[in-house]
Amino acid sequence: MSSAVLVAAMSLVTILLRFLPFLIFGKETPKYVSYLGRVLPPAIIGMLVIYCLKDITVSAFPYGLPELISVACVMVVQIWKRNSLISILSGTVMYMILVQTVF
Amino acid sequence: MNRQIIKSAFIKSLPVLAGYIVLGIGFGILMNNAGYGVLWTAAMSIFIYAGSMQYVGVGLLTGGASVLTAIFTTITVNARHLFYSISMIDKYKDSGKYKPYLIFALTDETYSLLCDGNTPDEGNPDFYRFMVSLFDHCYWILGSIIGNLIGSVLPFSTAGIEFSMTALFVAAFTEQWLTAKDRISAVTGIVCTLLCLVIFGRNNFLIPAMILITFVLTILSKRGERTK
Repeated sequence: MSSAVLVAAMSLVTILLRFLPFLIFGKETPKYVSYLGRVLPPAIIGMLVIYCLKDITVSAFPYGLPELISVACVMVVQIWKRNSLISILSGTVMYMILVQTVF
Repeated sequence: MNRQIIKSAFIKSLPVLAGYIVLGIGFGILMNNAGYGVLWTAAMSIFIYAGSMQYVGVGLLTGGASVLTAIFTTITVNARHLFYSISMIDKYKDSGKYKPYLIFALTDETYSLLCDGNTPDEGNPDFYRFMVSLFDHCYWILGSIIGNLIGSVLPFSTAGIEFSMTALFVAAFTEQWLTAKDRISAVTGIVCTLLCLVIFGRNNFLIPAMILITFVLTILSKRGERTK
């Protein structure tokens, strides 16, 4: 029973967070919010990249090397092929090989 | 016509497939170890549908947290979703009957697939976004159910496969970098987040980073107006 209440609370708060900006600004979007909406995506994706890499430690072995090498791999393949499926696949395979066999 | 859109949406969602199945399996295993069966697991994946929050949520359930703790934790972990919604307001504005679900299903990964605003030239763009969101949601639910039922007996080592989510964001970042007219926003995102990570530590940097990013982008807009 109490588990159901907790799950409901987590669900409702998550839904509320996702809907809140639409509830407040949805009808008439202020210019400032539209501006933010336009410029935010690259910044948010940058933030998510750092967020995913937050647990690496650069001062001790393996110095975040598996992550950094694989990130570089994704970038190079993306610039080369411009196909995110291929770049994600090669980066992930690279990372799995590195953590399972090298490091 | 619709079949063509569904096919495009499926292809678009493929980068999320592996990651969601694997992270979903991870969540399913955690739930299993905590003594929760497949119904609880599926319910959380259907109704919460927020990866990192569900991982944290297992701890809340087993630790017997209070409702207030659950609410506060959810706000801290998921506050970044405010950001996604703000930047999708104009794109989702006229999506009609699809709008509630599009907003509900706006996870990090779905956001990263749809935030560039590109949709196929033909067909209804809202239906396309709806299908991409729905595919992602299904992968997540499916992964968590698989994990809950059989996860701990997987026959091969999947160590490291969770990197596909990082790779997804790196690929999206690189692509935006290549196509953007100006890169100031991308640089702002990286620099502000790194700065906050160093100052506030890995457990508390996300909300300060969001505030700092908004602040810097606001100042940049003011300066842009003045030079015009």
